[in-house]
Amino acid sequence: MSNGVSSLSPQNAPAVSISNLRKSFGALEVLKGISLEAREGDVISILGASGSGKSTMLRCINMLEVPDSGDVRIGGETIKLKKGRRGVEPADQSQVDRIRSRVAMVFQSFNLWSHMTILENVIEAPVHVQKRSKAECIAEAEELLTKVGIVDKRNQYPSHLSGGQQQRAAIARALAMHPQVMLFDEPTSALDPELVGEVLRVMRSLAEEGRTMLVVTHEMGFARDVSNRVVFLHKGVVEEEGPPAEVFSAPKSERFKQFISSHR
Amino acid sequence: MDFSFMRDTFFSLLSGVPLTLNLALTAVAFGAVLAMLLALMRMSGIRVLDAIAQAYVFVFRGTPLLVQIFLIYYGLGQFRPTLQELGLWTFFREPYWCAVLALTLNTGAYASEIFRGGLQSVPHQQVEAARACGMSGFLLFRRIVFPIAVRQALPAYGSEIILMVKATSLASVITMMEVTGIAAKLISQTFRAVEVFVVAGLIYLILNFAITRIIMALEWWLSPHLRRPPAVEPRLEAAHV
Amino acid sequence: MQQLSYFELVGFGPNGWGWALLTATGMTLAVAACGFLIGSVVGTFVAWGKIGGNLAVRSLADGYTTVLRGIPDLLVIYLFYFGGSAALGAIGSLFGAEGFIGVPAFLTGALAIGIVSGAYQAEVFRGAFQVVSKGEIEAARSVGMHRWLMFRRIIAPQVLRYAIPGLGNTWQLVLKESALISVTGLVELLRQSHIAAGSTRRPFDFYITAAVLYLIITWVSTYLFQRAETYSLRGLRRAS
Repeated sequence: MSNGVSSLSPQNAPAVSISNLRKSFGALEVLKGISLEAREGDVISILGASGSGKSTMLRCINMLEVPDSGDVRIGGETIKLKKGRRGVEPADQSQVDRIRSRVAMVFQSFNLWSHMTILENVIEAPVHVQKRSKAECIAEAEELLTKVGIVDKRNQYPSHLSGGQQQRAAIARALAMHPQVMLFDEPTSALDPELVGEVLRVMRSLAEEGRTMLVVTHEMGFARDVSNRVVFLHKGVVEEEGPPAEVFSAPKSERFKQFISSHR
Repeated sequence: MDFSFMRDTFFSLLSGVPLTLNLALTAVAFGAVLAMLLALMRMSGIRVLDAIAQAYVFVFRGTPLLVQIFLIYYGLGQFRPTLQELGLWTFFREPYWCAVLALTLNTGAYASEIFRGGLQSVPHQQVEAARACGMSGFLLFRRIVFPIAVRQALPAYGSEIILMVKATSLASVITMMEVTGIAAKLISQTFRAVEVFVVAGLIYLILNFAITRIIMALEWWLSPHLRRPPAVEPRLEAAHV
Repeated sequence: MQQLSYFELVGFGPNGWGWALLTATGMTLAVAACGFLIGSVVGTFVAWGKIGGNLAVRSLADGYTTVLRGIPDLLVIYLFYFGGSAALGAIGSLFGAEGFIGVPAFLTGALAIGIVSGAYQAEVFRGAFQVVSKGEIEAARSVGMHRWLMFRRIIAPQVLRYAIPGLGNTWQLVLKESALISVTGLVELLRQSHIAAGSTRRPFDFYITAAVLYLIITWVSTYLFQRAETYSLRGLRRAS
């Protein structure tokens, strides 16, 4: 898999593309036909007020939420959906499992498995889902933990770590899957302000490696400086989209203007 | 299924219901007094009383009820001359009283823990507020502590009462003809275990359902402060997205 | 005849019942352990039905726990013992056998205890499952774990950990329930005490001995479950 320096050229293959995604919870329509394409090496910041549908969109990409209609394509493979008795559901669960192991997700609340040590958390999916050799996974996990700066905590349990350390462990867990795409669902929102920086630093270094990242965030600095594209969602539709330099200096949408001015 | 047999069984078993209820309610009534005593001993702060109550609870919760029943009904027979001298033999000779005694001692141990939990749940501030109003001693206990504790303990105590109804079935082993005793007799006469079981089980479920309902009504009646205030528009919860 | 002292009576000498009581204690532990394990299997499936089943499965599972927790255990033991014999008798009569065929009391006892404790364990497992963080389950789904792997690696270890106190209570319940199996003639601790009491006319001495033995078992198992709980919570405590 190529994680080389990103050229950000439009010739890069599409890593994720979603088209005309719709999703309702009961009477509330959260996504009203969203389309988005991320090419390899893209770092896309997804902004929006709470309730704008940004987390739901992210969760639809790896089928933690199943969209009511629309397509999700990962690396050129469309996730097959069918109408089941309880609404739309994946047609092929093994396809979903396979795709999920290539799309890693980092959650707002870390969601480290509390009965496993940090190292065990990191090697769990590579060993048991991807069936890689344990020794190899351990060696790699230690490298990853070194990279995120918590290798000394590898034998501790999640509850023994600070929030920032837990989130960095969760990022290492995601990296251990060798993902083609990484999804970040408000990765710093549950952290105390003084711990946000350490997580953002790790994310920035991942971006510099050329990883494909979709990041739902409230961190304007990250959106402006690290991402190469910004998407602003409002009430379930894409309201504004473009390179950060353009959208931040000359926003076309009135709502995005308001949003930036209230998030400085 | 043979419905006329089941109907006959139902009426035979129904004749055991009064004894089942009698055993359960007598034991629950005496047991509540014992339990309150034990709970107060546990909370008295006096070492000896606390230790005695703790040991009592440990012994009666740690041994099977049937062993306790046998110990009282058969075991005390070993001391018959002494008991006769004391004039207690007429009591211990009767399986009914032995069963009531065993059930009482048993539920006393379990319920004391429930009561203790209820008493401990009384917020310290409310006791302080009562003291500030000049309440103390029995008045404080009767007007403030006890009512709050009862409401806290009621759900757990309801389950304990149901456990007691179930436990009365053990009295059948020492010849009491309550519902299970009659059921066992019918099964050994007819060998139709399934039918008798279904009917007997149904009777117990009805009894327990009725008790649950009574407890729920009592809970509702005792906690007007937890009821939804009347004529308030139901709030719409914001959807979590 | 000179009366034996208490310690001669329950001791291991020529007139003592010590060995018989110890063997019977072993039988109590064996039947309780078997019943408990059967209950764990039953409880797992019932809890699964309660959590993940459709409406029909869920109501069935709820009905099972409601009924079994509302009916005296003794009735269930009678059902299995006499019902099992009746069923065997019916099968036996097909092959020309006649009359009452006894079912092994151990088997019916363990089954009856299993069915009853299954209802309690189902509630314990369901309660424990609800404590497992939904986020951790979501994380497992997000890395592509399929259902069985997720159950085995993420859900089961955590449910077990949270269930230990509840399982400890259920075990104590099962232990005491096992005394009821004495009515079917299985020579466990209470039955053996009954036999000894009848033959020596010293009922109090034997029942009090039985009570003490039950207390010892209760006490030891409380200790063991507490140890297990402390060990299982090692990842949850904050390092100081």
